Amino acid sequence: MNYTGAEIIVHMLEQKGIEIIAGIPGSANLPLYKALHGSKIKHVLARHEQGAGFIAQGMARSTGKAAVCFATSGPGATNLVTAIADAKLDSVPVVAFTGQVASSFIGTDAFQEIDTYGLTIPITKHNFLVRSTCELPEIIIEAFHIAESGRPGPVVIDIPKNIQSEVCNIELWPEFKTPEKYDSIEDEKVGEIIKTINTAQKPLLFVGAGIIESKAEKLLYQLATRNNIPVTSTLRGLGCFPPNHPLYVGMIGMHGTKYANQLMEEADVVIALGVRFDDRATGKLNEFCKNATLIHVDIDKSEINKLKMAHLSIHANVKEVIRQILPGIAENRRLSWLQEVELKKGELPYVEAPDNGDPFHPLRIIQEVARVVPENTIITTDVGQHQMWVAMKYPFSASRTFLTSGGLGTMGFGVPVAIGAALANPEKKVVCFSGDGSFLMNIQELATIAEQKCNIAIIIFNNGYLGLVRQQQELFFDQKYIGSKFHVNPDFAGIAKNFGISSVDLEKSEHPLNDLEQALKVEGPMLINVPIHYSENVFPMVPPGGANKIMMD
Amino acid sequence: MKNENFTVIELLVNNHPGVMSHITGLFSRRGYNLEGILCGSIGEGKTSIMYLLVRKNNTFQQVISQLEKLYDVIETNERPEHDISVFFRIDNLLEGNNEFL
Repeated sequence: MNYTGAEIIVHMLEQKGIEIIAGIPGSANLPLYKALHGSKIKHVLARHEQGAGFIAQGMARSTGKAAVCFATSGPGATNLVTAIADAKLDSVPVVAFTGQVASSFIGTDAFQEIDTYGLTIPITKHNFLVRSTCELPEIIIEAFHIAESGRPGPVVIDIPKNIQSEVCNIELWPEFKTPEKYDSIEDEKVGEIIKTINTAQKPLLFVGAGIIESKAEKLLYQLATRNNIPVTSTLRGLGCFPPNHPLYVGMIGMHGTKYANQLMEEADVVIALGVRFDDRATGKLNEFCKNATLIHVDIDKSEINKLKMAHLSIHANVKEVIRQILPGIAENRRLSWLQEVELKKGELPYVEAPDNGDPFHPLRIIQEVARVVPENTIITTDVGQHQMWVAMKYPFSASRTFLTSGGLGTMGFGVPVAIGAALANPEKKVVCFSGDGSFLMNIQELATIAEQKCNIAIIIFNNGYLGLVRQQQELFFDQKYIGSKFHVNPDFAGIAKNFGISSVDLEKSEHPLNDLEQALKVEGPMLINVPIHYSENVFPMVPPGGANKIMMD
Repeated sequence: MKNENFTVIELLVNNHPGVMSHITGLFSRRGYNLEGILCGSIGEGKTSIMYLLVRKNNTFQQVISQLEKLYDVIETNERPEHDISVFFRIDNLLEGNNEFL
């Protein structure tokens, strides 16, 4: 039977189990949209393609499954670029379908023509420019396979308008492939790792997003608790280990706990699982875990020995590695090492909201939110001081409950990613912590929230500044403040109401924490403006380029 | 001609527009220098062989790992034994100098 390219795409997406697509139609993808009309797939109209890309990210990050977004050619595709680059750096499986001008127009500087393929090469795991309709089924299968196999990542499929309308005869639909999971491991390495861990005096587990991706949380817990190995996490690993467990020593790195950074300095064996040694986590590389034997396990072979030479490494799925070493790991109470951990925790406490009862201290607000909302609430953040405070204070106890832009650090991430998370998890509440700077960057998506009636509470830490920039200018640029103060500060609570979204402005509140609690209990869209004093700085901090063991207060 | 400072990476790649961009794009965005490149299609034209001249230094292993990750790269081999003089006398080669044929 004959199918148009557009019909092929929609059929394959339905077959894949895609339920929601975020996008914006335009000239170059109208045939695709025509095929989408009447499909059981729900289309969510974003108000900027960057919003659509991040909505797809929200779905993918919160579920672990590949998510889809649509954009038209030219400006549609260029608007998508930031969200795709963000997905590349944080290894998020997004498959973006972009319309393209008709094949005969390619290379002629046609209306809304841009070299989407060329533009997205550096920011995708792989990309495709479709040259004939009959290629589509295979390309789509490959695209999802690439996006979801091994280390996930974004894939772009650019489809010229004529390809969307031309037909191909299809008798038998090809099947989607099971993603590659890299489960096989060489035995001798397993033995060496077991021995190194068992004979270690001061071992430390250094874990990241790889644990979450691999669903290895339970096995990690068993490994840590059987041998009593303290655990530190990167920003993107937060939630993979119970935050209140005595073995947990908090986040590592630039705004991590002082005790985690010091323990890393003292460890004699560091077991790095699903981490990529990003500079925010390691600080000055030649100072990082310099006294330790390094064991590095990662599903991406090119991450091993990329930045730090490992003494022992395995290129494999971290869950399978832990499963295989666990039987050989000895029970060990490690009393003296754990005593040292406790001592450091006592001597170098992390951050607390001040005792003065100021309701508007950011850490106080974060604590209150954690107290009020259900434990399975999904938290998204934008980028900046508020993001760091949330990472430092919020007690993430499950994977995929903390969605934050780590690698690219994109302002504007929070709101649309919250939308995606809410759409993919309708039974859960979503809270987006944002700043007054970041919030303006995808503010148009408030319309999407109102339309979709998402159960999202947006909390804006409003200090009238680009907070983290101001902090850096204060600490490292001779207090030459430029471009960091907002002289115009819109009334966000008022704006929300004008988008049809309920809102609360805690600045006008007599009982701010009560009002916060009431607002959080509302089902459906809610915006909460929280005035924060601009002089609050995020501490402790490793100065840029510094070694982790020296943190500023 | 051999030179300890250089080596040749041989790639078997898919042959379609864009593959060259993927390879060269990898080098430019990672800051590796591509000292020379030769490419031609083989067999029925579905695949091509590429020879990349690179310097041997401490990023070499990363270059190989990153090339292996590329979807259009089917096979990667280091060819330290190859005669690299062709890269330095390309104009000669194309002027029909029989030395290379």
